[in-house]
Amino acid sequence: MTAGQVQGQPGWIDEALREHAQHEQAEQLDAAREAPGPGNRRQLPLADREQQVLDRIDRARRRRPRVREERITMSHGAGGKATQTLIEAIFLDTFRNPLLEPLEDAAQLQVNGSRLALTTDSYVVKPLFFPGGDIGDLAINGTVNDLSVSGATPLYLSAGFILEEGFPVADLNRVAESMRDAAAAAGVQIVTGDTKVVEKGKADGCYINTAGVGLIERDVNLGVAGAQPGDAIIVSGPIGDHGITIMLARGELDIEADIISDTAPLNGLVAGLLDAVPSVRAMRDATRGGVATILNEIAKAANVGVLVSEDDIPVRAEVRGASELLGIDPMYVACEGRLVAVVPGGEADRAVAALRAHPLGGQAAVIGHVRAEQPGIVQLKTAFGGTRIVDLLVGDPLPRIC
Amino acid sequence: MRFVDEFRDADKAHALAAKIAALCEPGRRYKLMEVCGGHTHTIYKHGLEDYLPESITLVHGPGCPVCVIPMGRVDDAIHLASQPDVIMTSFGDMMRVPGSGGSFFDANAEGTNIRMVYSPLDSLKIARQNPDKQVVFMAIGFETTAPSTAMTMLRAAREGLTNFSVFCNHVTIVPAIKAILDSPDLRLDGFIGPGHVSTVIGCRPYEFIAQQYGKPVVVAGFEPLDILQSIYMLMVQLSQGRSEVENQYSRVVPWNGNLAALKAIGETMELRPYFEWRGLGFISHSALKVNQEYAAMDAELLFQVPGVRVADPKACQCGEVLKGVLKPWECKVFGTACTPETPIGTCMVSPEGACAAYYNFGRMNRNRVAEVSRA
Amino acid sequence: MCLGIPGEVIELHPEQPDLAKVDVSGVRRMINIGLLVDDPPVPGEWVLIHVGFALSKIDENEAAAAMQFLEGIGQAYEDEIAALRASLIE
Repeated sequence: MTAGQVQGQPGWIDEALREHAQHEQAEQLDAAREAPGPGNRRQLPLADREQQVLDRIDRARRRRPRVREERITMSHGAGGKATQTLIEAIFLDTFRNPLLEPLEDAAQLQVNGSRLALTTDSYVVKPLFFPGGDIGDLAINGTVNDLSVSGATPLYLSAGFILEEGFPVADLNRVAESMRDAAAAAGVQIVTGDTKVVEKGKADGCYINTAGVGLIERDVNLGVAGAQPGDAIIVSGPIGDHGITIMLARGELDIEADIISDTAPLNGLVAGLLDAVPSVRAMRDATRGGVATILNEIAKAANVGVLVSEDDIPVRAEVRGASELLGIDPMYVACEGRLVAVVPGGEADRAVAALRAHPLGGQAAVIGHVRAEQPGIVQLKTAFGGTRIVDLLVGDPLPRIC
Repeated sequence: MRFVDEFRDADKAHALAAKIAALCEPGRRYKLMEVCGGHTHTIYKHGLEDYLPESITLVHGPGCPVCVIPMGRVDDAIHLASQPDVIMTSFGDMMRVPGSGGSFFDANAEGTNIRMVYSPLDSLKIARQNPDKQVVFMAIGFETTAPSTAMTMLRAAREGLTNFSVFCNHVTIVPAIKAILDSPDLRLDGFIGPGHVSTVIGCRPYEFIAQQYGKPVVVAGFEPLDILQSIYMLMVQLSQGRSEVENQYSRVVPWNGNLAALKAIGETMELRPYFEWRGLGFISHSALKVNQEYAAMDAELLFQVPGVRVADPKACQCGEVLKGVLKPWECKVFGTACTPETPIGTCMVSPEGACAAYYNFGRMNRNRVAEVSRA
Repeated sequence: MCLGIPGEVIELHPEQPDLAKVDVSGVRRMINIGLLVDDPPVPGEWVLIHVGFALSKIDENEAAAAMQFLEGIGQAYEDEIAALRASLIE
């Protein structure tokens, strides 16, 4: 490497600094206007200086999101911070309307006196066929689950296919049959669809898009914004099964394990829970981004703190082993047949019992609580006994070597 | 998980914490540096600082091989990946590190083919499957990882693979520690020594720290009890006025290191006369390059690498964080202009980076252990 | 330094002496044991795995000794706490 030319600071850094300086200036002017005084000229003690920084960070995190990149990267699809920023800065901003704003798993609509839930999803999983299911199962179950956790009875689905030139018809048959069986198991019907074919090299064989509609008959108004201090947070079973299965099924890691995807329709499980505990505040389908992402969504939407306990989070031994080997955290790994429920604290035991009474909820457990302290922040009590923060990841959990 | 769970036991942690607190001299403050980024990660991930009294400060060191890569080398890597018919393979750790024009992920969005691998050997598989492509492995890491790169090169040679090469960014730990010891900005009481690097180089290379600089060193494992026990062992040495090298991680680290690993490195690599470290400047004999015998696998010779030096951005204080002079939150751009989503420096984006660890795990006020042990 | 995980060697590769299959909590992978050529592991032994290579054998005696030390401290702690509690009672 030559120690010759030296290049200066790249332009994007200057821009980032300028933008934040502008924000800080504006915020300081506001603060000065609200509480005029001699100012913090004196050097504060260490703990207070650190708290000042933490406050500054909190302000920065609450600012309006902006997409800085010029091109979409893989991080934007991972369900973490980059995805959130993209959705808020581009879609929410451009399409803005009160029905879209809650950004729950399904939109809740009023049509002629009936309450409907509407959801849409696209499935681009690779490989198409994996231990425990295939893209067809995911398509049906994922859509059913988004409707179920919104308190709706799932009724009708659409299925749009984008097929790659050269995709084997036998595989398409397999996928369609999986969808038929999954729909029957969930009690829904596929009532409309679409088919397109794109040139070889696109669509990874097969992409599926679905939309689903369900009827909200119960007198519930579910939404994470309703979480309150004292509420219990429950997970319906062991986490991370699906994401690890897919990672291993891709074959690049050369890891074998008896882990299969947990893809399953949760409408029966949800019905059992709502029958026993009508006062459930919110439910979420734990998919990409994992349980950690949902906890952060709760904290942010309701402006509450969340405290969970590592010892209480169910994880299969093999999922843990694979995660440790790769250096990833199961809390961020996708599930496809698990829900996270927020229920009033006093109802926690009843909720867990109701979940455990259903075959898909056998290992349901309370993993933590909502609290008033540290709003917007998710904390974890580690198995070791210390505490740490659980933030959103920017993109996918990446296997690390360090 | 065996050899893992028992070293995460909370009850034993309480016991050790009490012992550590009891060893603190009233009125004295202790600064212990954990050299390895892996230790920094464990400390924050498990909330270990909750077990330490206020008088003990853990200072984060430069042992994060991703963090110390200067921006110019990231640009060089992307330049390599942009060459026709090149597939670059890289560990996940590097994928979001920002170069002048973006990260590996951004480069992929612009058309490069940089693929994540778990092991350098996976690069050989890709090379075999793509005989018409050139596979360049982005090699990073301290002496922990260099032997794996070396073994991969040896295997490639045995197989007669002609489309595999290495862009070598391996660095060595001792010069970095020496730079810290010679730095006037920092006064440390002891070192939590590198764990996995020591499986390769052994514990002897740290003897100069104890003998010439008079600071105790305890080679530590990566589970939270390992680190807590190492802190205890350091405090015992300090209370007894000793400065020695001890091996807490004896279940994994052999005192004499791994000869086969050192041999593999010796066969395929050699020390560079100097190498630029982010924040620490140029350090002599601190990094490895592919040696002459294996020149056919040296990506820097096979391809023209621009080698433009990009000055550490003025706003970026990674250098001071790496040296332990600044805590992550003391960096002026920490958490505002520089976040994990919009990183300016490597410390914020490396899984082992102190800033990433503090932002992602540790961003909170703590109730520390009282100095007088209470039930 | 970097990520290293303990795994149990469950079988050696029949044809390639530098490969072995390890098990980590039920998850299995073939890894390269070439760095342990001076004292190759056999099934039942544990190794430290890093980027697909075994860097070192885990010395079970040392591990047991480490645990004993920690348990000893733990026991002393328990005794102290018990003593403290006893002294608080009336």
